[in-house]
Amino acid sequence: MTYYFTRDHEWISVNATIEDAVATVGITDYAQAQLGDIVFVEVPPVGTIVEKGKEAAVVESVKAASDVYAPVSGEVVEANRALEGEPALVNTAPETDGWFFRLRLTNIAELHGLMDGEAYKTYVAGL
Amino acid sequence: MRYLPLSDADRAEMLRTIGAPSVDSLFVDVPDAARLAGPIDGLPDHASEMAVERQLSALARTNLAAGEAPFFLGCGAYKHHVPASVDHLIQRGEFLTSYTPYQPEIAQGTLQALFEFQTQVARLYGCDVANASMYDGSTACWEAIGMARRITRRTKALLSNGLHPHYVSVAETMARFTGDMLVTGRPELSPEGDGAALLAAIDGETSCVVVQYPDILGRIADMSELAERAHAQGALLIAVVTEPVALGALRSPGEMGADIVVGEGQSLGVGLNFGGPYVGLFATREKYVRQMPGRLAGETTDAAGKRGFVLTLSTREQHIRREKATSNICTNSGLCALAFTIHMTLLGEKGLRDLALLNHARAVAAAERLAKVPGVELVNDSFFNEFTLRLPREARPVVRTMAADGVLGGVSLGRLYPGADALANGLVVAVTEMVTEEDISTLAVALEEALK
Amino acid sequence: MTINQSGWRPESPAQGNDPADVPTYTGNKALMLEEPLLFEIGDIGRTGVDLGERPRGESRLGGLERNRSIGLPGLTEPEAVRHYTRLSRQNYAIDLGLFPLGSCTMKHNPRLNERIARLPGFADIHPLAPIDTVQGALALIHLVGEWLKTLTGMPGIAMSPKAGAHGELCGLLAIRAALEARGDARQVVLVPESAHGTNPATAAFCGYAVENIPATDEGRVDLAALQARLGTDVAAVMITNPNTCGLFERDMIAIAEAVHAAGAFLYCDGANFNAIVGRVRPGDLGVDAMHINLHKTFSTPHGGGGPGAGPVVFSEALAPYAPLPFVEKQGEHFVLVEEETAAEHHGGAFGRMVAFHGQMGMFTRAAAYMLSHGADGLRQVSGDAVLAANYILRSLDDVLVAPFGASGPCMHEALFSDEGLAGGLSTIDIAKGLIDEGFHPMTMYFPLVVHGAMLIEPTETESKGALDQFIGALRSVAERAKAGDASLKTAPVHAPRRRLDETAAARKPVLVWKEPVQSQAAAE
Repeated sequence: MTYYFTRDHEWISVNATIEDAVATVGITDYAQAQLGDIVFVEVPPVGTIVEKGKEAAVVESVKAASDVYAPVSGEVVEANRALEGEPALVNTAPETDGWFFRLRLTNIAELHGLMDGEAYKTYVAGL
Repeated sequence: MRYLPLSDADRAEMLRTIGAPSVDSLFVDVPDAARLAGPIDGLPDHASEMAVERQLSALARTNLAAGEAPFFLGCGAYKHHVPASVDHLIQRGEFLTSYTPYQPEIAQGTLQALFEFQTQVARLYGCDVANASMYDGSTACWEAIGMARRITRRTKALLSNGLHPHYVSVAETMARFTGDMLVTGRPELSPEGDGAALLAAIDGETSCVVVQYPDILGRIADMSELAERAHAQGALLIAVVTEPVALGALRSPGEMGADIVVGEGQSLGVGLNFGGPYVGLFATREKYVRQMPGRLAGETTDAAGKRGFVLTLSTREQHIRREKATSNICTNSGLCALAFTIHMTLLGEKGLRDLALLNHARAVAAAERLAKVPGVELVNDSFFNEFTLRLPREARPVVRTMAADGVLGGVSLGRLYPGADALANGLVVAVTEMVTEEDISTLAVALEEALK
Repeated sequence: MTINQSGWRPESPAQGNDPADVPTYTGNKALMLEEPLLFEIGDIGRTGVDLGERPRGESRLGGLERNRSIGLPGLTEPEAVRHYTRLSRQNYAIDLGLFPLGSCTMKHNPRLNERIARLPGFADIHPLAPIDTVQGALALIHLVGEWLKTLTGMPGIAMSPKAGAHGELCGLLAIRAALEARGDARQVVLVPESAHGTNPATAAFCGYAVENIPATDEGRVDLAALQARLGTDVAAVMITNPNTCGLFERDMIAIAEAVHAAGAFLYCDGANFNAIVGRVRPGDLGVDAMHINLHKTFSTPHGGGGPGAGPVVFSEALAPYAPLPFVEKQGEHFVLVEEETAAEHHGGAFGRMVAFHGQMGMFTRAAAYMLSHGADGLRQVSGDAVLAANYILRSLDDVLVAPFGASGPCMHEALFSDEGLAGGLSTIDIAKGLIDEGFHPMTMYFPLVVHGAMLIEPTETESKGALDQFIGALRSVAERAKAGDASLKTAPVHAPRRRLDETAAARKPVLVWKEPVQSQAAAE
C-alpha cells in the first residue's frame, strides 16, 4: 500500500499496482489529535461523485464540525459503515480501521500532486 | 441609579488602574462625528421604581384583561388556569437569572428540567424524541417544513387549509427566500376538513403534508391515512398542535403516524401574554434527530460516574456549524419550557386527562347552548375545546359589539382571513376550564343581543 | 479537512474520585442535594391540581379518544415545589454572583420588571383580542419601539422577532426584499471572521453565499480588504460593533460609505449594543439594519436560555420592507397593521415572522428598564460596563496575554488568549477552575480568531468589590495554569457535578427518559 497526504490532513492509500484504480481515504493521526474525541462521521453514500479539494465528508467532535475534502476526484464505491456505530475508530485507528470511504479514481495522475509520508511529516512538524 | 453599584470614588480608582483620564475617554475609538457629548435628546431622564410602576400600571389598566370578562378567545392562544406554584418556581433566581447551560457542572437544574421537558413533550406527542423548545408554534411549524426538505430533498409542501393562517403566513414568508413551494388554501365553513383533497394531492414530489390537529376551526380528523399515503410516496407527515391540552383527551399524532409533530405549548404554564413569549414544541422520530433544529439536552455521566446532563449534538447548531447549520436558531424558550414542564408535572397524566375532559365537556355544553341562539349554527361535527359558529351576518362587528359590552366572545374568521367573504360569518369560540356556566349564558345573551 | 481553529480539543474527563469525597447514605452533601428525575419519583395517578367535578355530557371527539396511557407522571404540589427548588439549586445564576460570559451580557435583572410584566393588563390579554380592548398594550409596544428608534437614530422598526438570531433573519430578509424590489439579484453576504455563528447561518438561510472578511492584526475589520471585495454581487455586509474582540470598529463610517457606494446594505449585529447605548447612535454610523437583544442591553432575564426578544431598527432605505404586524399611532388611537391593511400602510412588508406580535413579556420588562434608567442612566450603563471591562483587562494583562491589549481601550468585554499556559492546560481548565472559585466561567474559545479565547464581560451591575474578587480568583487560577498545575485538569471538584462526558452524550444520544430495562441476567 502506498499512502499519500494532503495539506488539509486527509490521507489516501492505493495498492502498489492500482489496477482497479480504487483508493481508500481517511484523516491523519495529526488531524484526529487536533479534533479531540470524534463523536460522529458523515460519509458520502455510495455512488457520490466527489471532486478533488471539495467537501466529501464531515467529522465532528462535540465542539467542532470539520469538512473532509476529497484528496482526488472519483466515485465513492464504499463507505465505512463501522464508523456509524463506532466513530471512536477515527481516534484509535485513524489511518487503518478508521478510514472514511473508498473511491474509484477519475484520474490517477491527480495522486502525483500529493505529499508522501516523509513530506507530510515535515509539513506537520512545521505547523 | 439604583441598578448601578459603582460610586464616583470607585470609578476614579478604576480609571487610575486603567490609566485613563475619564470614562468618556474610553470611547476614543468612536468616530468624533458620531460620539454624543451627553445624554441622548428626546428621552426622559431616570425615574424611581414607584414612578415607573405608576406609569406602566396606568397603561396596563387600559386593557381589558381576560380574567376580567367572560372570555372565549382561542385560535392558537388559550387561557388556562396556571397553578400559583408554577410562577413561584420559575421566578427563583437560579432559574430566572441563569444562562444557557453551556457549563453543565453548574447548570444541572436547567439541564435536568429540559431533559424532563423533552421526555414529556415526546410522550404527549407520541414521538421518540423532542428538542428543548423553539420560539413558538408558528416558527416551529416552519422549521419542521425546512427539516422535511432536508430529509426528503424535495421542496413541495402541502399545507392543509385548516392550518392556522398566521402559521401559513410565516411559512409563506420564509418560503419566498428558501425556494420551497407551498400549496395552501382557505378552509370552508363545513364539518369536513380537506383531508380527502390532501390525500389526492400527495405525489412523488411532495416533501411533506402539514395538518393541524384540531384544526383552525376546531375540527378533529384522523391522520392515519394521510401518514400512510405520505410514506408510500416518500413524503413526511407533519402534525401541528396549537392546543396541547387537547392531547390529554385525543390520540397523539405520533400514534397516527406523524413523522414530525410541532406546536404551541403556551396553554401550559405560560399564559396569554398578548402573543409572546410562548414556547414552540418540536418532536420527531429518533432516526431524524440529526436533522432536527434547536437545542437538545442529553444524559451522560461525570468524571466521578454520577449521572448528569449536557447540551448535546450541538454540531447541528449555528454557533458551530455556522452557514451549514440546520437552523439559525440560537436560543430556546427556556423559561417558558420550564413553566410548561412544571405545570405538566403538577397535572400529571391524571390531571391532564381530567383537565382535557373538563374542557371538552364545557365546550360541548357551550356549543349546545350557543347553537340555540336564533340564526346561529354550529359548523363542527367534532371538536375539542374550540368550535366554529356560523352567524347570520358578518362576525367581526358582532365581536366588537360584544367586547364593548364587556364580553370577549371569540375570534371572528374575518380577523384571521380578511377579505374572505365565505368565512366572514364564522366565529371561533374557545371554551376552557376557566369558563363558567354563567359565562356561557352571558355569551349566549350577548350574542343574541348583538345579532339583533 | 478544515483544521480545528479554536484549539478546543474535547476529551472524556479522567475518571477518579475526589479523595475528600466522604460518601453519605443519601448521596447528598449538606445543602448540596441530589434530585432524581421526575419519572423516578412521580406516577401517572398522582396530581398537584384539583379540578372539581367534571360536568357530564356526550363526547364529540370524532372517535379519536385516547385509548392508551401517555406516560406522564405527576407530583403533588409540595413534591413538585421541592423537586424544582432542589433542581434550581444546582444552577449558577446572576443572583448568585458575577457571570462574566462575554457577548452574553449577564447583568442584574431588576425585579420591578418582573412585576410589570405580570400585571394582568399586560400578561392576561389575548393576541387576537379586539383592538379597542388592548390599546394600552399597543401603546406599550409603540413606546418601546420609539425608545429603540431614538436610541439608535434609525427611523424604522420591526418589533416581532423573537430573539437576536430571529432579528438578524428579519434584517437580512428586509435587505433581500429591498434588493428584489429594485430588481437586483445580489448573491453574497460578507461577514468578518470573528462574527457570531448566527451571522453566517442567517445569511445562508436567506439564500446568500457567505464570504469572510479578514481582520487586521489589531482585531478590527480590514477596511482595505473589504473595499477590494465589495462589488455588484454583494448584497450586505454584516458587522458586529463593538466587535466580538471587544473593540469598537473605528472605521465604521468609512465601512458604511464603502458598502453604500457598492450598492449594498450594512447590517449591524446589535448583540453588543449595551456597550454604546446612549453614547453612539448606530444610525449616525451609517447602519441600515440592526437587531437589538432586549435580553442583553435592556436586561430582560435570560431564563436559562430564553425567551429573548430581537426587535430590529431600520434605516430610511429599509423601513418600508419591515415585516408585519406592527403598531401605528393614529392620533390618540393605536392600530395594529396586519395583512388586511398592509397595502394602505406598508405595501413593501416582506411578510410575517411570527404568529402574533412578538415578545410582549419582554417589551414590558424592557420598558420598565428604559424608563427606570432614562437617557442619563443608559449613558451611565454603557460607561460603567466599559469601565469595568477595561479595569479587568488592565488588572490581568500582566498574567494573561491580551492579544489586542495594544489596540486601544476595549469596550464592554476583555479578551485574553491561552498563550503561556503550561503542562497541556488550556482555556477550559481555567474555566473549570473558576467554577471551583464560585464563579461562572467566561466565554471560552470564542471568538475563533484568538487561540483559546477567554472573553470576559463583567457588565455595569457589579460592585468594585465583586470585580476585585473575580480578578483575584482569575489571577490565582491563571497563575496555577501557567505553572502547569495538573489539578486544574480535574476541576471542578466542588460543583454539583464533576466534568461531564460530552463525548459519550454525543456518541450515543439519550434525549428522553426510558424505563430502565431489566438486564438479561436478572430476567433469567
